[in-house]
Amino acid sequence: MWKLRDKYAIGGIGFTKFSKASGVTVLELATEACLKACQDAGINPDEVDGMLSFNFGDSVPGMAVATAMGLPNPQFVVDYDSGGNAANLITLAATAAIEAGLAKNVLCFRAMNGRSGFRLGGSRDLSAYNVTQYTAPFGWITYPQAMAMWCRAHMVKYGLTKEQLGSVAITFRENAMLNERAMLRTPLTMDDYMNARKIVDPLGLNDICLESDGACAVLITSADRAKDMRHKPVYIMGGAYGGGMHQGEDLFDAIRWPDLSENFSKHIADDLWRSAGITPKDVDVAEIYDCFTYTVIMVLEGLGICKPGEAGAFCQEGGLKRDGLLPTNTHGGLLSEAYIHGFNHVIEAVEQLRGHSGDRQIKGAEIALTTAGAMTCGSAMILRN
Amino acid sequence: MTTMQRPLPVQDSLSANFWKACRNHKLSLQQCSACATAQFPPGPVCKKCRSTDLQWIESTGRGTVYSWIVVRHPIPKEIYGPEVPYVVALVDLEEGPRMPTNIVGCAPEDVTAHMKVQVVFRDLTDEVSLPQFTPILGSTPNR
Repeated sequence: MWKLRDKYAIGGIGFTKFSKASGVTVLELATEACLKACQDAGINPDEVDGMLSFNFGDSVPGMAVATAMGLPNPQFVVDYDSGGNAANLITLAATAAIEAGLAKNVLCFRAMNGRSGFRLGGSRDLSAYNVTQYTAPFGWITYPQAMAMWCRAHMVKYGLTKEQLGSVAITFRENAMLNERAMLRTPLTMDDYMNARKIVDPLGLNDICLESDGACAVLITSADRAKDMRHKPVYIMGGAYGGGMHQGEDLFDAIRWPDLSENFSKHIADDLWRSAGITPKDVDVAEIYDCFTYTVIMVLEGLGICKPGEAGAFCQEGGLKRDGLLPTNTHGGLLSEAYIHGFNHVIEAVEQLRGHSGDRQIKGAEIALTTAGAMTCGSAMILRN
Repeated sequence: MTTMQRPLPVQDSLSANFWKACRNHKLSLQQCSACATAQFPPGPVCKKCRSTDLQWIESTGRGTVYSWIVVRHPIPKEIYGPEVPYVVALVDLEEGPRMPTNIVGCAPEDVTAHMKVQVVFRDLTDEVSLPQFTPILGSTPNR
């Protein structure tokens, strides 16, 4: 279990415009977001000595960004070969690195031309090597096709409905309409949702996240140093990563995962809440990784916010809305703001806890939950102001 | 434009026995000689007891549908455009392991949870036959 409660903080955040076509290289995006995070923190970039990122072979390594920024002494530089599951793990890894003395100020970033460049949501490498030889030859290739299989299992076991999933998409769209940086700000009705193009039953177009170009970065530093930075620190209260047995041979592979109605979150829940010393009821705002509407259902149940089988009704009854029991994805999420692989969720949590979210601010937000990952492995954090 | 090829299994030392059996229209599974656990996909050791004493057994080829999807938007279109809608399913085999496959021989709308199915083989190339599953007649649960 992570044991550094309140000892580390997010001292600065930076992000680029989110778009379908950035017109620039991923290196430019990453550098822009990282420099903005330093500026936001009010520190000279020379003080950054650690770089952490994750990518799918679709980004630039930390050393490239450190070089582009002209950092004098990068001494802790790690790139995770990972998907959205790592979006909170890398910030936890940054705290461990600082605690161990490997660095003092660590920039964590995710940068991608996810629409104009490498499209993760489309076809993957069609070479059916390794475990892929048991999936791709059957025409089971894309992530929407993977998640549809999980979703069906929940429908069979608990009776999850399309309308319940639709309420997730609609709530996040309503939030995006208050967010000037969100990519999708047109209203979405239940009729729109139910009549949208079918992609892979049981998922339709509005169950599936955006593809985006953009970058997000956060500066992780000690609580003491964060107090001297420009904004009020956002402390890392708790965090966890995992997924138990059968995480698979790659991020698609869930052949051995016993129950597709529940994901990694069930396995990290105890450590997450214990590390922060709080319960789900203490959370004021949640930014839940929503590469698909259905992911939110599994995380609500896995983290104990809802009982198994009850998250669909919770969502349909307005539990995720701004005035609901747990305001969730106040920026619009991966479904309507942008797909920066879950790192935009961390940015939004920090802005909410600083009180900087403008029209979409949840009043009095003091504790935020962020999650990252959808299937067999993933991470989560509890942040506070 | 070059013609896109359907993904074919790239066989390796772990998988060769499986695909060779499929080519002979037999469904095979790796089984631990020490604890008798059957596993799929094949692995370097028994995932239950970690014995390296693994053998290959022939499956009955019967199982039940655990979950399934109906692909309607083909990716890549060049390959799967003519095949949509098609069903991909996870089938729980009688021996225990779960296997990704296609359900063929019935309309996509007629696939149901726990439906009993049996293996059939689709010959793709001289080297590769895909193990697909089809409903066992008279076994479809009430809808």
